[in-house]
Amino acid sequence: MGTRSLPHPSIAAVETAWSDLRALVGEEHMRASMMEDAVDDVLPQMVIEPGTAEEVAGALKIATGAGLKVIPRGGATKMGWGNSPRGGELILSTRRLNRVVEHAWGDMTATVEAGCTFQHLQETLAAHGQRLALDPLWPEHATIGGILATNDSGPLRVRFGSLRDLIIGITLALPDGTLAKSGGKVVKNVAGYDLPKLATGSLGTLGIITQAIFRLHPVPRESRTLSFATSDDATSHGEGMNALVLAIQDCNMVPTGVQVRAGRGSAPEVDLRFEGTAAGCEAQIEQTMRLESRARRIESPADVWNAHAELFRGSEDCVVCKFSVLPADLGVFLESIRTVTEPLHLPWKLVAQAVGAGYLRFERRDSGAVISVLHDLRKKLETRGGSLVILRCPHEIKSTMDVWGSAGDALALMRSIKAQFDPTGVLNPGRFVGGI
Amino acid sequence: MEARILGQFRAIVGKGLITETSQLHTYECDGLTNLRVLPQAVLLPTSTSEVQAIVRICQREKIPFVARGSGTGLSGGALPVDNGVVISLARMNRILEVDLPNARVVVEPGVINSDVTMRVAPHGYFYAPDPSSQSVCSIGGNVAENSGGAHCLKYGFTTTHVLALEVVLPDGAIVHLGSRAVDRPGYDLPGIFVGSEGTLGIATKVVLRIVKKPAVIQTLLAAFNSTEEAGAAVSGIIAAGVLPAAIEMMDNLAIQAAEASVHAGYPNCGGLLLVELDGPAAEVEHLMEQVGRICTQCGAWEIRVAQSEAERAVVWKGRKAAFAAMGRISPNYIVQDGVIPRTALPKVLGDIERMSAAEGLRVANVFHAGDGNLHPLVLYDGRIAGQEERAMELSINILRLCVKYGGSITGEHGVGEEKKMMMGEMFAEPDLETMQLVRCAFDPERLSNPGKVFPRTRLCAERIGPYQAHPLEVAGVAQFF
Repeated sequence: MGTRSLPHPSIAAVETAWSDLRALVGEEHMRASMMEDAVDDVLPQMVIEPGTAEEVAGALKIATGAGLKVIPRGGATKMGWGNSPRGGELILSTRRLNRVVEHAWGDMTATVEAGCTFQHLQETLAAHGQRLALDPLWPEHATIGGILATNDSGPLRVRFGSLRDLIIGITLALPDGTLAKSGGKVVKNVAGYDLPKLATGSLGTLGIITQAIFRLHPVPRESRTLSFATSDDATSHGEGMNALVLAIQDCNMVPTGVQVRAGRGSAPEVDLRFEGTAAGCEAQIEQTMRLESRARRIESPADVWNAHAELFRGSEDCVVCKFSVLPADLGVFLESIRTVTEPLHLPWKLVAQAVGAGYLRFERRDSGAVISVLHDLRKKLETRGGSLVILRCPHEIKSTMDVWGSAGDALALMRSIKAQFDPTGVLNPGRFVGGI
Repeated sequence: MEARILGQFRAIVGKGLITETSQLHTYECDGLTNLRVLPQAVLLPTSTSEVQAIVRICQREKIPFVARGSGTGLSGGALPVDNGVVISLARMNRILEVDLPNARVVVEPGVINSDVTMRVAPHGYFYAPDPSSQSVCSIGGNVAENSGGAHCLKYGFTTTHVLALEVVLPDGAIVHLGSRAVDRPGYDLPGIFVGSEGTLGIATKVVLRIVKKPAVIQTLLAAFNSTEEAGAAVSGIIAAGVLPAAIEMMDNLAIQAAEASVHAGYPNCGGLLLVELDGPAAEVEHLMEQVGRICTQCGAWEIRVAQSEAERAVVWKGRKAAFAAMGRISPNYIVQDGVIPRTALPKVLGDIERMSAAEGLRVANVFHAGDGNLHPLVLYDGRIAGQEERAMELSINILRLCVKYGGSITGEHGVGEEKKMMMGEMFAEPDLETMQLVRCAFDPERLSNPGKVFPRTRLCAERIGPYQAHPLEVAGVAQFF
């Protein structure tokens, strides 16, 4: 079961849709697209910026009725993620849905509109000493909706989990114009299906998130970071790093960051962060120093908890992937990277979190070599329950490779879900797993 | 049920087929004992392939089925359905794998919750979700209900700890949802399956995440003159940026019952608070001092801190036995499970008190106060005509109150059969219709635990929008149910 794609919309129907959309959101909130609105090689015709959730739902209904395909957009920081869309006439931007609707600090929850930037949300919550315990990429531009749609997370997840553990409610606009809520404003709630989780990481293929509700955590009083250099070389198979990371997790400390940085030609380094009371932090640092390890303490690089974002910096001519691996397999994975890249002299860099998720960057020398490395590593990861998803790469790689890899034997079920929510394939067609 | 079908079932599970009426009675209800339906048959498979073979027959013959774990659910989720069979997973009770380096445990659905912790405790790990029934309830049932427990304030719910599942879908297909490693590409299917109350298929294998035991656990017990004072202390603790592992509150009636039942040694007070902190020793000690100070400032007249495992067990004993203890002070009682934003607690308790007085029925209150999860226990005497109905009405009105304050009709017991009519008070029609889309993707023929959770279900071929008669309905082939 897949989604039915509509025949090309008629010119008259499209013209009517444009004028209906303009009437819905106001002339000033709709414009013709420009080159920078392109998503891979698809250049939509129009960009619309609805001001309310009802307008988002209304716009989707009009687009669906006219057979227009819609690409949702928040801060546009991750528009290259996913496969190239099969088409898309309309970009629906949530930029104007940017309010923190409610910070119920006594209840430690916040209701926020999808287009609100992460930074704005955090600044608002900080007024009452609270935070959304997440550290996504590019917080100053990335929006709540986009962060949810891509299920982005960072080093904090070792302690606080990922978005699925923090979101408690959602409002979704569906292609048929339905505006549906699920979950609620209380942390503990098992009434009905958990649509907040279904929407998280769905890359805007089921509906457009207009609002989300999160559980919050206190901003820690103190934070301490320490870093270690391992003596791993080409012969030690990442064992020193693996042993240290596992030792940290196997004692009863509560770090809010356990991170591995590695790259071609350098021994892996491990960063560790403790948050809480000063006494608690110091006691855990002491405990860490007593761990048996051959690693030696080094000065932590500046901004080390943003190291994952650094992998995306600069050169367009690179490939950045997200990988997932069983935590104890991290050392073996490092070794695999070394084995497959060394004969090709392919430079690489990696930042991984101890839960087993991380980012991996290759400098492209020739696409063929990178493609074979990606296939090779993906196969190794998938055999052990992991995954490799390409997030950024040159067009010639994206046009030859599925960026997601296997979704396993549940793909048919995922297609059924898509067919129920978006029967005519209006939202982000083709960008998700298995061509969803 | 036709002998032909029973024969086919017997060929799959052999002696694991129950058809004797006297034996079927064991399965006619779950923990919600006032609702009973006798199933046509009960099947006790021992493997995934047996579950699959059973479900394929159900699919072919259009027989509705209800999966059942230990039957401890409190909302009728495992209540059999008319003309249906019960598939009990009790015999699929093996812990298949313990992977300590990755902190994963793979279990069959019939494994008992506390057996997981027992298995990994020697290595310093535990399985965090701890529903009060944890010594008897099964992981499969926990998955269906997304069970919580006292410690989910800090550690999260079942859904937080389920990484992957093997599931037999209602059409008989075996699929694997999620993966042992995090963030599998695709929709978060474990996220939607956990808590779906048996309506999306049957889990036959579950990959759980286990957690390292904290270095230190301390439990503080504080006695206040009223639940208002205790509630103010909870607010103070949260406002101070402390995240306890658990905060539990009991009112005087609940304390009396606990004392009568297990002699927990609780002070006789208007509001009792249990605050558990865990983590690194230095951290816990520092924060416990602070929590103690806040409690004193809010009027606590007695504070005890349990430090050893034995002392903690005593403190928790009364709380964990609180539901069952009601039997000591009332012939009958109804357990409810509402959630409110925590700050609404004083208002809601005041309202409950007024409603209780107006009905002339006592209500005991036990809550997970940290996350606003109330368990009002409505006490009544079933021998007095009309009292059960009034007690039901009162308990439902308490849930309405929770919804009015922006909360939920269930925090951990599930909607099941009991509260499906309340769903329409918490969600608007488009919300419920949208949830049905998920059902239609997993179970278009609605064979898996039909009729539960939702007040009404539409045929899957219908589209959302104003109600339109389904072609089958028009043709008189199917009824809307």
